[in-house]
Amino acid sequence: MAEPTAPGPAALRRGPLDHLTGALRAATVTGPRAVALAELPCRTMTALRAAPDGPAAARLAEVLGAPLPTRCGDTARGEHGTALWLGPDEWLLVAEDGAPAPLDALSAALGGDPGQVVDVSAQRTVLELHGPSARGVLEKGCAPDLHPRAFPPGRAVSTAAGQVPLVLWHPAADTYRLLPRASFADHLAHWLMDAMGEYGLPEVD
Amino acid sequence: MLQLTCPWCGPRDETEFHHGGQAHVARPADPAALDDREWAAYLFFRDNPAGPFAERWVHSLGCRRWFHAVRDTVTYAVLATYRPDEPRPGVAAAARPEGESR
Repeated sequence: MAEPTAPGPAALRRGPLDHLTGALRAATVTGPRAVALAELPCRTMTALRAAPDGPAAARLAEVLGAPLPTRCGDTARGEHGTALWLGPDEWLLVAEDGAPAPLDALSAALGGDPGQVVDVSAQRTVLELHGPSARGVLEKGCAPDLHPRAFPPGRAVSTAAGQVPLVLWHPAADTYRLLPRASFADHLAHWLMDAMGEYGLPEVD
Repeated sequence: MLQLTCPWCGPRDETEFHHGGQAHVARPADPAALDDREWAAYLFFRDNPAGPFAERWVHSLGCRRWFHAVRDTVTYAVLATYRPDEPRPGVAAAARPEGESR
């Protein structure tokens, strides 16, 4: 059983990539092919499950202030963060900060219907890749079509990058957020820094 | 790389999936009524066709849902994918290169 996040001194919380903060900053590439990588640590995340066309999903949407997405790749921005589609009856609610999620209200919205509301903030971390070369970096090891016609801003898919299973979220142009499990984050960060290296060098014709 | 079309997520690389063996193997209605030979046949014996074969797959790295695929075991062509609650679609075997024998 996952326990709800205990209220405690938030200042003591560290992201799984805390030890790489300096390395991520040093890997920043500037210029016309710029790309930068940073961790957005300790975002509140909530796993939601409910029958997609049932009354529980409608009540959850009421709490979130936005209808839950129903198709692969769709996301929905609400009051408490963005709901990413993970499966036909499964969503990941990602907040923009570490503030506690409205677990009580969401659990109450579920009522007696089958489903779940679980705080999974410690499961994943968020890596943000930003810059004109961000897509090029990802395309070295991420199979889905990332061209804007197939993967425009506002979409998110569960897939793999650098052989690490993750949720890939494209919240805005030139910005990608990668949500790997905490224990894979170190490997993924090093993989991304390695992939970013070439963009700091002159382009070879 | 083999690509499979997940009924929920669309086309993805084979590395996102795991294979789950033959599909549409019906569980006996009354297992207690079977003798050991019949029970073993249900548990362990599977078809091994050269040609279209209905299989179970799970989209492990995506939506984590099980689905069915009809795959030609000779050409490796995936002829159809469909949800587990849908019936097996009628599909013909993929065309094989000239002169190839089974």
